[in-house]
Amino acid sequence: MAGLALKQIRKSYGPVDVIHGVDLDIDEGEFIVFVGPSGCGKSTLLRMIAGLETISGGELHIDGQLVNDIPPSMRGIAMVFQSYALYPHMTVFDNMAFGMRIAKADAAEIKRRVGEAAEILQLEPYLDRLPKALSGGQRQRVAIGRAIVRNPKVFLFDEPLSNLDAALRVATRIEIAKLHESMPSSTMIYVTHDQVEAMTLADRIVVLSAGNIEQVGSPLGLYDNPRNLFVAQFIGSPAMNIVPAKIVKTGTKTTIELPDGGKVVAPIKSGSALEGSNASFGIRPEDLSIVDGDKKPVLQGQVSLVESLGEVTMIYVDIEGRDEPLVAKLAGTHMFERGSTIKLTAEPEKMHVFDSEGISLQHL
Amino acid sequence: MNPAILAILTIIIGVGGCVGYFYFSNQLLDKVIFPARGPNIGRNINRANMVRPWLFLFPAIFALGLYLAYPVFATLWLSLTDRDQGGAFVGLANYSQMSSEPKFWEAIGNNMLWLIVVPAMSTAFGLLAAQLTDRISWGNIAKSMIFMPMAISFVGASVIWKLIYDTRPENQDQIGVLNAVWVWFGGDPQTWLTIEPWNNFLLMVVLIWIQTGFAMVILSAALRGVPEDTIEAAIIDGAGPFQIFFKIKIPQIMSTIVVVWTTITIVVLKVFDIVLAMTNGQWGTQVLANYMYDKLFRSFDWGVGSASAMIIMLLVSPILVWNVYNANKEMR
Ligand SMILES: Nc1ncnc2c1ncn2[C@@H]1O[C@H](COP(=O)(O)OP(=O)(O)O)[C@@H](O)[C@H]1O
Ligand SMILES: [Mg+2]
Repeated sequence: MAGLALKQIRKSYGPVDVIHGVDLDIDEGEFIVFVGPSGCGKSTLLRMIAGLETISGGELHIDGQLVNDIPPSMRGIAMVFQSYALYPHMTVFDNMAFGMRIAKADAAEIKRRVGEAAEILQLEPYLDRLPKALSGGQRQRVAIGRAIVRNPKVFLFDEPLSNLDAALRVATRIEIAKLHESMPSSTMIYVTHDQVEAMTLADRIVVLSAGNIEQVGSPLGLYDNPRNLFVAQFIGSPAMNIVPAKIVKTGTKTTIELPDGGKVVAPIKSGSALEGSNASFGIRPEDLSIVDGDKKPVLQGQVSLVESLGEVTMIYVDIEGRDEPLVAKLAGTHMFERGSTIKLTAEPEKMHVFDSEGISLQHL
Repeated sequence: MNPAILAILTIIIGVGGCVGYFYFSNQLLDKVIFPARGPNIGRNINRANMVRPWLFLFPAIFALGLYLAYPVFATLWLSLTDRDQGGAFVGLANYSQMSSEPKFWEAIGNNMLWLIVVPAMSTAFGLLAAQLTDRISWGNIAKSMIFMPMAISFVGASVIWKLIYDTRPENQDQIGVLNAVWVWFGGDPQTWLTIEPWNNFLLMVVLIWIQTGFAMVILSAALRGVPEDTIEAAIIDGAGPFQIFFKIKIPQIMSTIVVVWTTITIVVLKVFDIVLAMTNGQWGTQVLANYMYDKLFRSFDWGVGSASAMIIMLLVSPILVWNVYNANKEMR
């Protein structure tokens, strides 16, 4: 089996458990993104794969081989760090050549491989420069080049774009996407806390929280069908609106009652045991629309703030049952007076219902 | 008067004087010379701010001038005069007399030897100690021990090492550690400090012992400043511990190594107390500073003494300039 397999991977620093047993299979050539809030253990997991942190428990297989006790350089991985981690006293060429020189590779071969990487990343004009004479974007390209030269089975990226400004971030992101396309057999594991990077780059996203995997799936799979409240609110921007509710009728469709007494029928199957239990109703801001005519609204409340961004309008609505206003993202420009009543509706198939444990009914 | 009262008085006068100087000179500048009012207010404020740095620098410049610059010129003058002729100008006669003395050339030669051995060994041992003590749990205790000699005066250190090199007549117990070890291995007791040319190295050991602590402290801070992720990147690139040390860490702290090296070099050029206390320049261990002391304060020959002082200064200056240049580069 090619690719990676993580089996019950754990990490503890002394008495503190940081990763609580992660199971994950990654196919050869896949682009996997770890996302999660800061401090959830993304870097720790990646560094265990790299071999920079010891694995406290579980098994890590790369390309079918158990690598728990194999040093980083023998694992067939290359890593790109957030801070670039270039060797400041070496030229761009020497930075990229360092690994091959350590491995006592032939000088002509080094030259060829570094030249290739430099060509892919358009670094040829800078080969003689020291890192300090490069811009942030160029430095990160050198770091990526250094990884390419190692010709690894698995590329590991730890927030590689976080130190770049917004425009460069987009450009470098596209470059990484192209790089993956040009090397279809290389597996890439990419850590970020930025869900836009995750959504745009990933074949599959692994959502982590507090050292556990919350959900693994394709970007759109996670967006359309989050397994629980955490994923629902983490993926998508602005975050999904969550309204406390009560399940009043179960069956092939589920009827819930909202705090203001309104009833909503969601086309989601539910077991009869759930009847009468507390639940959460979830709806994404972009799935809300204004009720036309006098159809029955799903939600209604008072407008507290309107943000017109041109292509879209964000409307913040105070509704019963929530301290924070609910957000609706409407296409085009809309005018509302603050304090006026607004009636919102949504397509039934866009609705999400989570049980009292926060698990989506679709995943029960 | 009671010395304690005297000390307190000195502190009050000294600190009060400094505060008073800064306060009143600034008041004078801002209120009287360039007052921040009237038609030229903007220009006055600018001028006052241009003068102010000099106000602050003046005491230091004055003291340095009095205690450093003036003596340099006075020494230069003395080196061109002869005391026996009532201080008459004699040109370079002192220098030519000095260069005809074998003891002077011995001192120059020994100084060069010190210059090569001591900074190199101190820096190397300091680097080694810095790297190794960072890796062990009792590293801080080890560091304190290695740094301790820095707190001992050169003369004190010399006394300690003189005991280590001590020799007793053959029928007595050897109290010197070196002889004790030597005899234990079956040798005859030696009077170590008289064995040329090795006695020079025995003296150097004292300074290396003292300066290693200094090198270790500075280099250990520099080593900690090496970004951890460049080391991790090297680990992933397959570098072993020695390659990481020599190819990643050392190049990144090279400018600090140069500063440490040159700083110790300057100490070495001035080395005096150790030689004075241990051999007083006998048995081929003379060095420039002790030679100067001999001439100035034992032969009372201020001409040749000053001439040798000028030679020391000439040797120190370029290294000092280089040291300051590197230290500046380090800070940027
Ligand atoms: N050396 C360490 N000792 C103790 N705790 C650590 C250490 N390194 C990381 N942690 C903890 O592990 C958790 C995960 O850290 P990290 O993987 O860096 O998070 P992320 O990359 O997702 O922001 C954090 O709570 C952090 O405090
Ligand atoms: Mg991190």
